[in-house]
Amino acid sequence: MRHRKRVVLRALALAIIGCLSLASCGVGGSDHRIRIGIKFDQPGLGYQDGTGYSGFDVDVATYLAGKLGYSPDQIEWVQSPSANRENMLSNHQVDMIVATYSITDKRKKSVDFAGPYFVAGQDLLVQKSNADIHGPDDLNGKNLCSVQGSTSAAKIKEKYAENANLVELNSYAECIGALEAGRIDALTTDDIILAGLASTGTNKGKFKLTGQTFTEEKYGVGLPKGTTRCPEISKAITSMVDDGSWEKFVSKNTEGSGYEFDAKANPPKPTEGCA
Amino acid sequence: MSYFDQFSRLFADYDVVGAFWVNIQLTFWAAVFAFLIGAVVALMRISPVPSLRLLGGAYVHIVRNTPLTILMVMAVLALWTQMHITLSTDFKQNFFNFAVAMLSIYHAAFVCEAIRSGVNTVPLGQAEAARSIGLGFLPTARLIIFPQAIRGAITPLGNALIALTKNTTVAAAASVAEASVMMKKMIEFDSDVIFAIFMTFALGFVIIVIPVGLITTWASRKWAVKR
Repeated sequence: MRHRKRVVLRALALAIIGCLSLASCGVGGSDHRIRIGIKFDQPGLGYQDGTGYSGFDVDVATYLAGKLGYSPDQIEWVQSPSANRENMLSNHQVDMIVATYSITDKRKKSVDFAGPYFVAGQDLLVQKSNADIHGPDDLNGKNLCSVQGSTSAAKIKEKYAENANLVELNSYAECIGALEAGRIDALTTDDIILAGLASTGTNKGKFKLTGQTFTEEKYGVGLPKGTTRCPEISKAITSMVDDGSWEKFVSKNTEGSGYEFDAKANPPKPTEGCA
Repeated sequence: MSYFDQFSRLFADYDVVGAFWVNIQLTFWAAVFAFLIGAVVALMRISPVPSLRLLGGAYVHIVRNTPLTILMVMAVLALWTQMHITLSTDFKQNFFNFAVAMLSIYHAAFVCEAIRSGVNTVPLGQAEAARSIGLGFLPTARLIIFPQAIRGAITPLGNALIALTKNTTVAAAASVAEASVMMKKMIEFDSDVIFAIFMTFALGFVIIVIPVGLITTWASRKWAVKR
């Protein structure tokens, strides 16, 4: 008996080790569910709020999943940090990714895109009382914050204000803390991310966007290479725009930041080829 | 695209060597300061004064059990942002100095313990002999104990140096553009060659760290105290 107990214990220990190393253990399986990758740490876009999820990307993903025949409780939300997105798709850890995922030619080599469902542009977020920063040209001698792994800040230094001081931190939340304390004059990244930050919780009403976008980022729905779902998702994006849901999602998630989407580029037509 | 092409594309588009050079500079300065602080703390921990021993012990236990990332974030968000402390008038140098300071403070705890393990290799009779010829605590430590202790502590000090080298990537949290920041950029913009990116940084650190290990092994043999 004793021996048997030990065997059971060993099996249990192995199972635990296996679980720990695989990160996503057990749950899921082949029943009718869809796994969608989103950001968990971007307020207004993809944000884990207690046990629920909120944001523009979450709303869009829920809508698209609905059109594919999945009810909200059949969606399994998976965190997909920027650096892991291609891998998660090619390893089939997720069925699709809706996580501020810009469509680029290099990424198209390893994943498929449907969309775009939103066209963002790089913008600046400043304190509401700020009167001397109106656009990227005004940043000489100012402190500018961005997160690591993005080139948004470097782009400003190259093209608009070579004397800007760059601070690159781990997350936008750290940047916004420094912005509020006045150590940083502006925070830069895509406008909708800034709007999301400026419209959540205690940030509401403290910051404003300059409204001068100077790049174009097309957010697409990331899909595994060779997927057959692309045309269906393109159609769902079109109907999301046509029935007014798209605009509702944008305004709901950027409320209080004074943000207005770039009406020239938005709402976008899903033009990706779906090859 | 062959692997060779992938690597040459990465090295053409990014200043990989420059990024690793930042890590090497961080390692060098942090090693110097960590050694100085660590030696002082070790001295406190072996001193005959109870309050100094307590202080030294408290330093080691508090710092060693605080994650380095938290120290880095604290430097930027608490010291720089809220308390308006700057360590240099040059904007970029300021963050580099903060990173060096935090790395030094953190690794000083490990250096202290490495030196203390070296002190344990020095026979008690050495200290007793020193006292009997009239040397006080500080001269005993400086002339008799530390020279032998450090020679006995070369291997653990080398381990601390290797850990420090790899921990310099945490300086990213203090806005220092070193290798791990460059890796994030590459993954963001060149995700189609992800294997080459991974290998570049994995091999980069191996190339830096292996000589450190070889040198400390050689040095620990050469300078071992023959007893």
